[in-house]
Amino acid sequence: IWRNRTDKINAELFALTYGSLVATLVKDYEDYAEVNTQLDKMGYNIGVRLIEEFLAKSSLPKCGTFVETADVISKIGFKMFLGITPTITNWSADTKEFSIIIDENPLSEFVELPDDALLPPPASTGGSAATGLWYSNILCGVLRGALEMVLLQVDVFFVSDVLRHDDATEIRVRLVRILDEDVPASDE
Amino acid sequence: MSADLATTKYVCDSAMDLLMIEMVAILSKTHSETDGEDREAAYAKLELLGYRVGMGLVESNFANSRATRDKPRFADNLDIIKFICKDFWLLLFNKQIDNLKTNHRGVYVLTDNNFRWFVRMAADIPTDTAQLAVLHTAFPCGLIRGALSNLGVSSIVLADVTNLPQCTFQIKFRLI
Repeated sequence: IWRNRTDKINAELFALTYGSLVATLVKDYEDYAEVNTQLDKMGYNIGVRLIEEFLAKSSLPKCGTFVETADVISKIGFKMFLGITPTITNWSADTKEFSIIIDENPLSEFVELPDDALLPPPASTGGSAATGLWYSNILCGVLRGALEMVLLQVDVFFVSDVLRHDDATEIRVRLVRILDEDVPASDE
Repeated sequence: MSADLATTKYVCDSAMDLLMIEMVAILSKTHSETDGEDREAAYAKLELLGYRVGMGLVESNFANSRATRDKPRFADNLDIIKFICKDFWLLLFNKQIDNLKTNHRGVYVLTDNNFRWFVRMAADIPTDTAQLAVLHTAFPCGLIRGALSNLGVSSIVLADVTNLPQCTFQIKFRLI
């Protein structure tokens, strides 16, 4: 039923707006790492708000396992807000880590990054986004914020992005711990 | 890209709404001088952002489509304004502008009785809403100015938000 109640807007307006925003931030901060951080923070704020709407619209029962959570993120979360269903894959043996592969990213449909934004992430930091621009980094923040609201503390980061001439756009999600109900969520 | 209905993609409007809120928040935060300057600088930045998006949207959606191909030149300024009220607003908000007035001397007043990006905000932030709303008008004002600019018209666009969630946009053509 919620599918019908979700209003839609032109994806191009969304993509162009996001693109102009990223361009403005790059100009303001003159530092890709800082832009990545800011995008992640914005995403976090969005995530903590978005989860309410998500829960209200989906009226899903609580997920029993992290595997189930991943499934819901892809098939319902991404679908509801961005109209895509990314692939969940590359589970770690302990099922605490998985990857989200995005085939068609509505944020970056018309985007080409300048060469200096394409620096590869240093292998030494375990692939975290230390250098270069992770254009869609806002998504990491959204996932982190939203999952924290359902008491799942996670690390979320981009592993690769087709914008950086990688083969796929991959976000890695790692469950850090399950939060206690009575402990206030960490704030930034 | 054309505005071919079959290929037009959509995302959820909440995604856009939430992005707008954060966009205004982060761009008003990056300037930390005195309050007045602060707001003005943030306003200018958001307006410019909207301008670029407005330009881009008209370019990709209407440059080749029927709306402008059949009528490569608009008959007059009113025609262009009607395009904004109808086609452009439909593209942005799936609705048309509710009311259009003009003083017949180059000033047009467009009223949207239930402006999409204010509906949520009015609910979210009870105090200081009108003042904050002014910052939130920078982006849509820029959108209109950008769209007009792509149609070859230079303009000044200002918004009035005394009656949320209603929003009126005043468009003044600049003579070249």
